[in-house]
Amino acid sequence: MKNKVTTAKEAVKNIKDGATIMVGGFMACGTPEILIDALVEKNVRDLTIICNDAGVPGRGVGKLLSNGQIKTLIASHVGLNPEVAQRMNTEKAEDKLECILIPQGTLAEKIRAGGAGLGGFLTPTGVGTIVAEGKQVINIHGREYLLEEPIRAEFALIRGSVTDTFGNTIYNGTTQTFNPMMATAADTVIVGACQVVEVGALDPNHVRTSGIFVDAVVGGEEPWQI
Amino acid sequence: MADLKRRIARRVARELHDGDVVNLGIGLPTMVADNLPEGVSIILQSENGIMGMGGAPEKIDVDVVNAGAQYVSIKPGGQFFDSATSFAIIRGGHVDATILGALEVDKHGNLSNWIVPGKMVPGMGGAMDLVVGARKVIVAMMHTQKGKHKILNECRLPYTAVNCVDLIITEMGVIRVTEDGLVLEELHPDYSLEDIKAATECELLISPDLKPMLD
Repeated sequence: MKNKVTTAKEAVKNIKDGATIMVGGFMACGTPEILIDALVEKNVRDLTIICNDAGVPGRGVGKLLSNGQIKTLIASHVGLNPEVAQRMNTEKAEDKLECILIPQGTLAEKIRAGGAGLGGFLTPTGVGTIVAEGKQVINIHGREYLLEEPIRAEFALIRGSVTDTFGNTIYNGTTQTFNPMMATAADTVIVGACQVVEVGALDPNHVRTSGIFVDAVVGGEEPWQI
Repeated sequence: MADLKRRIARRVARELHDGDVVNLGIGLPTMVADNLPEGVSIILQSENGIMGMGGAPEKIDVDVVNAGAQYVSIKPGGQFFDSATSFAIIRGGHVDATILGALEVDKHGNLSNWIVPGKMVPGMGGAMDLVVGARKVIVAMMHTQKGKHKILNECRLPYTAVNCVDLIITEMGVIRVTEDGLVLEELHPDYSLEDIKAATECELLISPDLKPMLD
């Protein structure tokens, strides 16, 4: 099986200004910091980031935000990073952040649908609220649902606890979060892994993300710490 | 204030049954887990991917945190999963009860707790899915905000969801949402009916079985 191990710098070399990128994790737990750091160093701008939240300043996608690299953030919760509100309300046009908020379960399912070849799904979440604005309401057996469309990205940055050189990945604890869905929903998928092992070293019973989804594997991700 | 919040948490805890799957919001609701009646054990779900969440760990596993990014433990028999599975559990009606705070709740059981336009835009996180999907939605909060009404005729802030709240538990009493409106089922002995009516914008119907709210 193909050995996909590379450096962080090489793995992100095709990420250009204006790219759309999914980033796994929840409050930065499950976010591949090593890949985020490579994007900060590369200093690509005007990014559209799809992530559960905005991390915190100095962690996860919070680093990209602090460095002014995000133009549009698609997330479910941004309240624990005060920089989001500052950048949404700034008068400086070049620092202005657009923030699109999506219910967390809907965001997870939009990504799942994007990777699973589905044209969308019907959810009761958001019916009767501002989330429903502009969306089709469909009645099924007497209950109202919103039609939500799938979402995909050019790149997905995934964090693996243990990943083999082909990209098969195991996630420990609460680091799974959005990673398994995002790994299926982007054109190019890069895994930042805490531990990289040879093909055959992982128990197939435990592999959560198949290496067939993965384009590049980068080792050296540090264990997550608050 | 701390005593009043503990009173609310203890009363909420009495709504839960042994073996219930429960999701607790941040703040006051997290106190419910420490105030369960004797013999009642619940299974805590955390939307970032835990079933069977425990309290603060004796030995930290850096890969195990709650939805507020604090280290937690997982109980024997617990499981981890991804966010799509977590919300399949939530939306699919597999969570018996969710307990959360409110900025506003109204006589129709509409809830607003995620945004104050122009002031506070934290996002809804998992709240919209939780209140739509959980079998029982309990709002646990102080009855008023610095004397300002929170239990209203109509919510003025954008909704989290419509017609979703089952029960409102405050330091003053226990209020059930019914098709006829809000029904006061329990009143804490520290307050009179006039007190709680004055602290509530909408009409409160009084249950014929009105009971004292126990501490």
